[in-house]
Amino acid sequence: MSGSFLGLSTNVWVIIAAALVTYATRFGGHAVVSRFKTISPRVNAALNAVPAAVLTTLVAPAAVFAGTAEALAVAVALIAGLRLPLLGMFAVGWVAIIAFRAAGL
Amino acid sequence: MTMTRADYFAGLRNSAAVVVSASPFALLFGALAVKNGLSVGEAVLMSATLYAGASQMVGIELFGKQVAPWLIVFSIFAVNFRHVLYSASIGRHFGGMRFWQKAVSFFFLVDPQYAAAESRVERGLPITFAWFIGMGTGIFVCWVFGTWIGALFGGMITNPRALGVDFLLPIYFLGILLGFRTRSNFLPVVIAAALGSIVAFHLVGSPWHVSLGALFGIVVAVLLPPGDPAPVDAVVEPGR
Repeated sequence: MSGSFLGLSTNVWVIIAAALVTYATRFGGHAVVSRFKTISPRVNAALNAVPAAVLTTLVAPAAVFAGTAEALAVAVALIAGLRLPLLGMFAVGWVAIIAFRAAGL
Repeated sequence: MTMTRADYFAGLRNSAAVVVSASPFALLFGALAVKNGLSVGEAVLMSATLYAGASQMVGIELFGKQVAPWLIVFSIFAVNFRHVLYSASIGRHFGGMRFWQKAVSFFFLVDPQYAAAESRVERGLPITFAWFIGMGTGIFVCWVFGTWIGALFGGMITNPRALGVDFLLPIYFLGILLGFRTRSNFLPVVIAAALGSIVAFHLVGSPWHVSLGALFGIVVAVLLPPGDPAPVDAVVEPGR
């Protein structure tokens, strides 16, 4: 991309604009919710479900579409995660993905 | 003051696993950004001001093609739209912060930061400004520095696949997710979000599967009768 405005390249302007809209998404949710004095039970239930729902979407497609080694590593990490604290399961999952990939899966 | 210092370093410690998982992506981003026509400075500027990995990848993909500037900005906005959910949810626990502290904290609200913050809430610990920026600066410095190194030496990075580093973030997120398993309606929400995100990933594509899948899980949570609130002490140290 070429061109410039006020001495800055188009690239830099795009980056600045993108940074501003990104910050708006990070402040925006809170700005909207905090306008209400009280939060209804349904809205509260919805917001309480956000972490589990979002985290699931970051794991599930990766487990399903990435490949056999990745799917098996997630399964191993899941079992480990039910017994071990986070860093322990993280280590087990890491070893699992290396091992399954080394095995050519 | 001592309390604040302790909180800051607790946050910094919590960032360690994320730093390990996210560094390869920072290097990869820097390398790809330069390959797609950005200068080293622009790549670093992008990491330091957007500070949002997935959307930065989408952005440089479009920089490489001759796409209208507004369309690049809009695409990045669309990819980052999920932060609205994070902000609405975690913002409820920013009560102890001054306005400027909230304003600074929201800048650092990336996926793993959000996940760790919610897991801290789940353990009954407060979200202090010191803890939040402790974790935030840990990830941020690694992200910006990694981008710079990647942009400088991009061509020299060999395939990180064999070391499995490209798959560490899903494993990390799975670990955090399991920390929420005593929360009411956990299983129905997870099953709905899993199915929703898999179908959305297949039909619509990334990154829309995050917002669409999450929305699916949230709708299920709203429709289900509210369960008993989970006892906080039943949680197995999710954020450690």
